[in-house]
Amino acid sequence: MAAKPKLYYFRGRGRKEFVLWLLAAAGVEFEDEFFETREQYEKLQKDGHLHFGQVHLVKIDGMVLMQTRAILGYLAAKCDLSGKDLKERVGINMYTDGNLDLMMMMIAVAPFEPPNKKEESFVLVVKKAKTHYLPIFEKILKDHREDFLIGNKFSWADVQLLEAILMGEELDASVLSDFPLLKVFKHISNIPTIKKFLQPGSPKKPPRDSHYLNFEESNLTIKYP
Amino acid sequence: MAEKPKLHYPNGRGRMESVRWVLAAAGVEFDAREFLETKEQLQKLQEGNHLLFQQVPMVEIDGMKLVQTRSILHYIAAKHNLFGKDLKERTLIDMYVEGTLDLLEMIIMHPFLKPDDQQKEVVGMAQKAIIRYFPVFEKILRGHGQTFLVGNQLSLADIILLQTILALEEKIPNILASFPFLQEYTVKISNIPTIKRFLEPGSKKKPPPDDIYVRTVYNVFMP
Repeated sequence: MAAKPKLYYFRGRGRKEFVLWLLAAAGVEFEDEFFETREQYEKLQKDGHLHFGQVHLVKIDGMVLMQTRAILGYLAAKCDLSGKDLKERVGINMYTDGNLDLMMMMIAVAPFEPPNKKEESFVLVVKKAKTHYLPIFEKILKDHREDFLIGNKFSWADVQLLEAILMGEELDASVLSDFPLLKVFKHISNIPTIKKFLQPGSPKKPPRDSHYLNFEESNLTIKYP
Repeated sequence: MAEKPKLHYPNGRGRMESVRWVLAAAGVEFDAREFLETKEQLQKLQEGNHLLFQQVPMVEIDGMKLVQTRSILHYIAAKHNLFGKDLKERTLIDMYVEGTLDLLEMIIMHPFLKPDDQQKEVVGMAQKAIIRYFPVFEKILRGHGQTFLVGNQLSLADIILLQTILALEEKIPNILASFPFLQEYTVKISNIPTIKRFLEPGSKKKPPPDDIYVRTVYNVFMP
């Protein structure tokens, strides 16, 4: 990529995190930009950049990309992490779509529940991970006995699965207790680019705290003109 | 393709309707004879390991069992030249489709709301369409003056947008009143021969969801 991609979002973990992971794993340098004031957000709106009113934006290769999945699809293809042909690509898409559903629950649903429901919500997400999603990926690894999910090659699907596992472990350290192959899979954390991303000082964001939530909540109310 | 793609879903629109639209627009015949009507049928698919995430839609195609609506749509679009000529066009199409699917989601969920909430939601859909989504597409069409949204040829973005516009018009007939370019666009895309055929009676297009469909969905999916 000619110039560094510029990533826009609120300060804090959100949908942008999926993009951070992907670019970091691919070893692509980027500029991490944040919305901190209403004025910044409104300026982007006035400039006509916020197509559908959302705030997840990536400026790259002369384009302004929106919609998390579209952004991820583009970056994965450019970084050669989306398989060698259409069949591998659709396999990767299915895995990442499923994983994104799970992670959206962790990132975009549970943290926004009212205080009295939040704990319960997180417990449910962990349960869903353990009973529904993780067994599927354990089985995939068991069936082909390869190191990576698809095509015996590191792909976007692997990055995302690792991301989901680590997010799950933040909520429940024992989330992988029934999944020996996923525990082995976790070693892809040692891939140099990923290892670097997991060290302090990287752009990786901590789990959401209440300050961030309040800010985003007040910003979200201005999404509708 | 040797065999026809086979669709697994209840007999109604839901999340599978977009897949029916794309296959029809691409001129691909598909096998939709068996509809899910009972919990037992779904369980049979789940227990037979036919559903990656234990969910439908599922489409058997080219020796694969594809799940996740988006992945299915992307695959069919890529196979049938409905995804642009290069990565940049594909990404633009993807962006537009993602946005439209957000709007379509409201339509898909609508029949399952409480009756008291349904009317309010129609107002919500109309507002969202008119304030947030339609202006974007109107601007794009006005900007390049071409028939199609991307790359001067039919793509997944056009098909999903047309599907969404027509579904909205069923509930709010004058929803395109302030959007002259989208009005013209709707007519032009509807007249593409494969799509025109799909819009005629007797095609595989499903009617608007009714009580029978809602009940079937509860039967099949509720634990």
